[in-house]
Amino acid sequence: MNPIQEPWPWYVAGPLIGLTVPLLLIIGNKALGVSSSLRHICAACFPGKIPFFNYDWKKESWNLFFVGGIALGAVFCLAFMHNGEPVQLNEATITALKAQGVQEFDELMPGDIFNWGNITSPIGLLFFVTGGFMVGFGTRYANGCTSGHSIMGLSTLQWPSLVATICFMAGGFVMTNFILPHLMKWLLL
Amino acid sequence: MKNLKYLLIGMLFGIILVKSEVISWFRIQEMFRLESFHMYGVIGSAVITGILGVLLIRKLGIRTISGEAIVLPKKPFTKGNIFGGLIFGLGWAITGACPGPLFAQIGSGFTVVIVTLLSAVAGTWVYGLLKEKLPH
Repeated sequence: MNPIQEPWPWYVAGPLIGLTVPLLLIIGNKALGVSSSLRHICAACFPGKIPFFNYDWKKESWNLFFVGGIALGAVFCLAFMHNGEPVQLNEATITALKAQGVQEFDELMPGDIFNWGNITSPIGLLFFVTGGFMVGFGTRYANGCTSGHSIMGLSTLQWPSLVATICFMAGGFVMTNFILPHLMKWLLL
Repeated sequence: MKNLKYLLIGMLFGIILVKSEVISWFRIQEMFRLESFHMYGVIGSAVITGILGVLLIRKLGIRTISGEAIVLPKKPFTKGNIFGGLIFGLGWAITGACPGPLFAQIGSGFTVVIVTLLSAVAGTWVYGLLKEKLPH
């Protein structure tokens, strides 16, 4: 295996993600969490008179550097660590998604859905606008996302984070198995 | 300048997210269709490593590099953990990305995800607007 070009197995990636928790704590007493950055962006750009956005976001600016780093890290991967191979998916997943209208399987994302040509279409309205809105609204309402609750919260053994994680999974399970297939067949076929 | 180190840690985090393919919309579909162990393995082993790391910090009384005592923030329970959690889960399966991977998808060249990110910022803003009216 060439670790530069090839994808990493779960038992390499998972522990590395987990190590981010003690690393951030030891480096600067920071709690891992990504969705807070969305709140800081609101507070910095358009706080209005909303109390939830009137706080000193600059004190939390490390979080914005962190998410900027995530994007830069992905750019680095694209430039230097990319193998250009399709994701090695379960054949059953590919078959099911093809039946729902997905055609392109050669990259990390289905290119027939995630492209600028869909920006004003119902596909864009579902996958970018509605999906994105639910991610932003839901994570803030839940007071955290997969990183803040499922990694950081569970690492510090907080039961509300377990409740949140179970609800994340339940919502995702319902959408993937009972709602999205119908929407995709309608929009993509 | 003190924030530069967080940019670097973010970069490492982003590289791990991309190389493990957890930012892939396909991997999220596979996970929720229960057709692959990959995502469960990543999240499960991340949590176990995190628990052990935090346990070591506590047992050994490790302090930050500048000598402060380490503070583990509390996440108090609210009904939002349930309602918000379900809404996020539904959205996660559509976008194929939780907030961290949104940034990584954009960096991976799927620039249209900028629209998803802006929608997520809008969702956060609307939550802030409606916060007092929502059950917590």
